[in-house]
Amino acid sequence: MSVLTNPQLWASTLAMTVPLALPAIGGTFSERAGVVNIAMEGIMLMGAFFAVAFSYWTGSAWLGLVFGVLMGGLLAAVFAWAAIRLAADQVVLGMAVNIFASGLTAFLLNTVFGYEGTPPDTPPLPFVSLPGLGPIFSHQSVLLYVMFAIVVLSHWFLFHTRLGLRIRAVGENPLAADTAGLNVWRLRYIGVIVGGMLSALGGVYLSIGILNSFDVGMTNGRGFIALAAMIFGKWTPVGAFLASLLFGFSTALGVALQGQGVSPDLLSMIPYILTILALTGLVGRSTPPAADGIPYTPIR
Amino acid sequence: MTPVLASALAILIGAVIAFILGFDPFVAYGALITGAFGNSMAISSTLAGAVPLALAGLGVAVAFRAGLFNIGAEGQYWIGVIVAVWFGYHLTGLPGWLHTLVCVVAAAVAGGLWGGLIPGLAKAYRGAHEVITTMMMSYIAIYFGQYLIAAGGPMHAPGYNAQSFPIRQDAWLTVLVPPQLTTAVFFALGAAVAVWWVMFHTTVGFRLRTVGANARAARYAGIHVPAYTVLALGLSGLLAGLAGGVQVLALDHRLMWGFNTGYGYTAIVVALLARNHPFGVLLAAVFFSALSTGGQNMQMVSQLPSSLTDVLTGLIVFFVAAERLVPLTIAWYRRRRGVRAQVAAAREGGREA
Repeated sequence: MSVLTNPQLWASTLAMTVPLALPAIGGTFSERAGVVNIAMEGIMLMGAFFAVAFSYWTGSAWLGLVFGVLMGGLLAAVFAWAAIRLAADQVVLGMAVNIFASGLTAFLLNTVFGYEGTPPDTPPLPFVSLPGLGPIFSHQSVLLYVMFAIVVLSHWFLFHTRLGLRIRAVGENPLAADTAGLNVWRLRYIGVIVGGMLSALGGVYLSIGILNSFDVGMTNGRGFIALAAMIFGKWTPVGAFLASLLFGFSTALGVALQGQGVSPDLLSMIPYILTILALTGLVGRSTPPAADGIPYTPIR
Repeated sequence: MTPVLASALAILIGAVIAFILGFDPFVAYGALITGAFGNSMAISSTLAGAVPLALAGLGVAVAFRAGLFNIGAEGQYWIGVIVAVWFGYHLTGLPGWLHTLVCVVAAAVAGGLWGGLIPGLAKAYRGAHEVITTMMMSYIAIYFGQYLIAAGGPMHAPGYNAQSFPIRQDAWLTVLVPPQLTTAVFFALGAAVAVWWVMFHTTVGFRLRTVGANARAARYAGIHVPAYTVLALGLSGLLAGLAGGVQVLALDHRLMWGFNTGYGYTAIVVALLARNHPFGVLLAAVFFSALSTGGQNMQMVSQLPSSLTDVLTGLIVFFVAAERLVPLTIAWYRRRRGVRAQVAAAREGGREA
């Protein structure tokens, strides 16, 4: 069990948690407002690509972060408009966003930067070492600490503020919320766009948080693991974070055990198996918000 | 929005993007079309590529008709490939046609169980949404396949590459038109006719569609909805598994690392564009196969990256889903025209428009 006492394993668990927890919390925002969001993968790619592009063009990784998040938010806004205003099927739209974003980022990578890929002198976000906390918290991306703050803030926002309560209300019973005078559409837009920006931040972490480059399909299905983490975390920010931590651990363990007779592929199945068990009530039932995925037409 | 209008709009947007970036859209699309249909080899590749899309697309369409969203065709496809390959190199001593048949049937059954059993039962008896469960099962299948062929895995063939032993040659499907078009095409045509007949001319099909149209009404009409939920997802997975089995017997002949095809995901788009009609699925499958085959030629001739075709696909799905876009735009235009008419009338002397 020397693997488990190696701080490297725990450091990489944290590093693998960030790109899952951020989109998982983002998805929580969207679905709590009543919009099913399987577009996290595409929105992450969008954030990842534009973070690199703007980081390179402006010479500042922080500006790259801002624009990456904004572009993710923009894509989420288009998704939200079709899902809310046009009352389109949200699962189909999510598929469309994923296909579109994977195509667009690959296309832009080749037309903007050429077939050699992103420039090697793109500035990355800084790494931070917290003194006195040992090797687990040394040389971690600054976004790891941003993620911790977002977990706490999201929980506080969704469960302890009036706006959070209202967002949850339109996800559970939009008719009642509408009758009570809430603007259902506006609240749903807030949920989806804030969620999209968090997902995009997860993508930003992958491209300029731990690297300084973009690669085609670099999110590698993390948006879908994040979806699993959101469900396993029962549509709460803290739950989504803890599930991401568990899933990040199974990935880190797979890497650590490589060459020791344990198949990393089998370990990779764990998040998906747990999610099915959670949905069928075998490991603590996970029930979505009541109006999740159902378009709403306001009463006049 | 109608699928044809959605596709036309997406293609137009693609042309505008290409033009803005300094490419000639006519050259690019011309190369795309000749790359897909320009000669017998191009047509052979396009039709061959359409076969797995059509079979998996039929699967997704069957589930859609029953009101279920099978988003996990990719995983069912993988299971089909895995099982066909396993039977393809383990079975010996059968006549070729029977060996092929055993592989194909095993692949279909395995895909059906993968799609029907867990997501179907979870949906029917525990209320777990099939979008999530089929997607999760899909990832499990893909990782399972990678585990099987990785070094130390039970299907790993000796050597540096992660791959399985090849299927015995007697089970391979015969090439009809080189380089790629095989007898697999008959499986696609046969399956489309079979699905059409079952869905529109049998009691089972009628009941499946009734469950899809209104599950509550179906229950009051005495239809056992949970059983038909399992059946629909099972049939859906069966067709996706068949797609994998047929494709691997036709072309790759073995399971390889990096085999991630995306056929299962495009199948969803195929079914959407076809409005879930079996014969529409055949057309839509050829359309998307042509985009991908022609896209490579487009990249070679015009330097426009072939990933543009993915952008087009995403836009098409978006426009098909956003069907209210057209009536809303028309309503907005009429309102604006109404306002303009009023302004004009006011200028003319205050008479009502």
